[in-house]
Amino acid sequence: MTALANHPANRDSAKTMNRYDIAKRMVGLLHRDEAVIGGIGYTNFDLWAASDSPHGRRPQNFYMLGSMGLAVPIALGVAIAQPHRKVFALEGDGSVLMQLGSLSTVAARAPKNLCIVIMDNGAYQITGGQLTATAHGADIVGIAQASGLAQSAWAADEDAFVELAGLALTEDGPWLIGCRIDNEKPKDTTERDPARIRDGFMRGLGSGQAGGRGSA
Amino acid sequence: MAVAWYEIVRDVLKRHDVSLVTYVPDNVLRPLIEAIHADPFFTAFACTREEEALGIGAGAYMGGLRGILLMQTSGFATLPNVLASLSVPFGIPTLMMVSERGTLGEFNIGQQLVARTMRPVLDALNIESHTMTRLDEAEFILDRALVQAFATMAPCCFILSPLLTGGKIFAK
Ligand SMILES: Cc1ncc(C[n+]2csc(CCOP(=O)(O)OP(=O)(O)O)c2C)c(N)n1
Repeated sequence: MTALANHPANRDSAKTMNRYDIAKRMVGLLHRDEAVIGGIGYTNFDLWAASDSPHGRRPQNFYMLGSMGLAVPIALGVAIAQPHRKVFALEGDGSVLMQLGSLSTVAARAPKNLCIVIMDNGAYQITGGQLTATAHGADIVGIAQASGLAQSAWAADEDAFVELAGLALTEDGPWLIGCRIDNEKPKDTTERDPARIRDGFMRGLGSGQAGGRGSA
Repeated sequence: MAVAWYEIVRDVLKRHDVSLVTYVPDNVLRPLIEAIHADPFFTAFACTREEEALGIGAGAYMGGLRGILLMQTSGFATLPNVLASLSVPFGIPTLMMVSERGTLGEFNIGQQLVARTMRPVLDALNIESHTMTRLDEAEFILDRALVQAFATMAPCCFILSPLLTGGKIFAK
């Protein structure tokens, strides 16, 4: 926790970074089949783009198609089901503002293996760039801390993001990392085939086709 | 031997390995919630919204853990969007147990109206639902419906009628 003392006190003092670049850096840190849940909005598209490689796309990602605001709850569910796997929720500011209660639920459950990354561009970018409350001063990291997520911080810059994500991978959570993001378009568009996304994700997590027992 | 409706529910959930219980509370569900909290087999906690409870259950299912959501009829009315965009298209067997308000002695007009939206929404989404009215049928319905939900990877909703639970009595 002392490591968090050097991070910016608020959104205004954090560097404006690029969503694809941050997603790429994050995926680059994942070497142990960590699960990643992409919320809707452009965060989802850049996770998809950042997860491609010459060996194929990483299967431990889940991409929502709607259910705005549920990246954090879905990630919490995965974290509860698989306490030995690190789980990341990647969510936009507009989306997390829709389900702020989920931050206090995460704080109450205190999963050691969960990290929430907020891509805060101050806008509902995918629907036309209308301003969200964070553009008017709402501070997601401050809200998270007040919700009980003590290990919440703004990433001052790209190096600070990598440092924070590294902490989330090695130290007990829950963690929340705020990333202030520019309004560049995403690099690609996620394929919209829900059965395939779910099946690939479950196989990627080793929880089989139908999960649980007695499913023959 | 299990005799009360909530003991039957608890025992059938255990038999089917449904151990994660997320809920937004309701007075009629109270004995079930208490029975579940009293049993270390279950991981149970309140959520801030029913949508959140559904999302947690969906993530847990994909991670290999089975769960169920408990809520009131008014809570169900907040779910159509996430049922239609998450549970149904992704083939996630979201289990829901709803204590039915709005009928058989309802005293709150808001509850009466919101309850009218539940079955049309379930039907529109082609989600299997069972209205549970009788103690002697409870185990059979739950047991068979849970088998089907997991085998077909489809959501299922159990509506607990006041005929089963006693409902909420009008207190002046
Ligand atoms: C319940 C609900 N309300 C509204 C929408 C429409 N919608 C889709 S994406 C989106 C904006 C998401 O904003 P944010 O999370 O900030 O992501 P960004 O687009 O900026 O990447 C909205 C409003 C929706 N899909 N679901």
